[in-house]
Amino acid sequence: MTLMDRVFGSSTNNHKGSAIVAKERLQILVAHDRAERNRPPYLSRLQKDILDVVRKYVNVDPNAIQVTYEQDEHREILELNITLPDSTHPITR
Amino acid sequence: MARIIVITSGKGGVGKTTTSAAISMGLALRGRRTAVIDFDVGLRNLDLIMGCERRVVYDFINVINDEANLNQALIKDKRCENLFILPASQTREKSSLTKEGVGRVIEELSRSFDYVICDSPAGIEHGAMMAMYYADDAIIVANPEVSSVRDSDRMLGILSSKSRRAETSAAPIREYLLITRYDADRVQKTEMLSVEDVKGILSIELLGVVPESKSVLAASNAGTPVVLDKDSDAGQAYIDVVKRYLGERVPHRFLNTPRKGIFGRLFGE
Repeated sequence: MTLMDRVFGSSTNNHKGSAIVAKERLQILVAHDRAERNRPPYLSRLQKDILDVVRKYVNVDPNAIQVTYEQDEHREILELNITLPDSTHPITR
Repeated sequence: MARIIVITSGKGGVGKTTTSAAISMGLALRGRRTAVIDFDVGLRNLDLIMGCERRVVYDFINVINDEANLNQALIKDKRCENLFILPASQTREKSSLTKEGVGRVIEELSRSFDYVICDSPAGIEHGAMMAMYYADDAIIVANPEVSSVRDSDRMLGILSSKSRRAETSAAPIREYLLITRYDADRVQKTEMLSVEDVKGILSIELLGVVPESKSVLAASNAGTPVVLDKDSDAGQAYIDVVKRYLGERVPHRFLNTPRKGIFGRLFGE
């Protein structure tokens, strides 16, 4: 810290304190933790069951299905995203 | 019916027992009949902080197991007639704290007290779960430090899902934030999370800020709740906390360092 910094205080001091990093890390972490604990516990089983049903008809990759769950004050949104392969060969039974 | 308050944090060493001692003494000094229970079975310390460690005869577990009645186990504070301490057992298993037994003791205390303060152990194990289960209000003690803030948020999640109020779909526990070991000087230098940062992340009502203070160690050394040290900054902060809890509008203090003069800045540090 230079003499000028000492005299004029932090206004001339561009040093980014570690508290700013701490705050940013915590904001991300807490948002993630909260999203996680608001997810209904059945979500992973639901994902597996849906995948099993879809795979009866279309040969999709197990990773091609995404289930996201969002919640706000008024509603809960369960979003299913299934990426079908380029050429879909229906499974004939 | 008493109001049941849990003092909790998740993380250890942030000031739960100091806070339990200070708030219970503060409420008692303001005329409220108050009982404070140590839930830290095996690591009893509230008696030491309250300065009644040599008067422990029976404990919380004895009462749960019907080996003593409540009046035998409660220690009456010598400084304030409204205050009683129920110490934890030093030797029993934590599993002796049954949900039913804890409920029975709290129920009995509720009949003759205005406030029952539950001093939670650290962590989220059985003792901590029992301390928060019957709560009406929760005071989350947090230091302006990343692990403490994260653990506080985890505890908020537990309060809203695992408490009796959550399980019976009653009105949720009222949650209050108490920030301790706050160093306004370091906050100003952005070396420490500010009150606004912590409040913003946890988004619950701020009950108070207790500054980092030598008086806290002095108080625990002497077995005197720091709230009795009316000349100290921490003592005054806890007095404010109690007033705010009881509904008085008291502005927050100790959030800023006094502005240094030019000589302080030249020769300080």
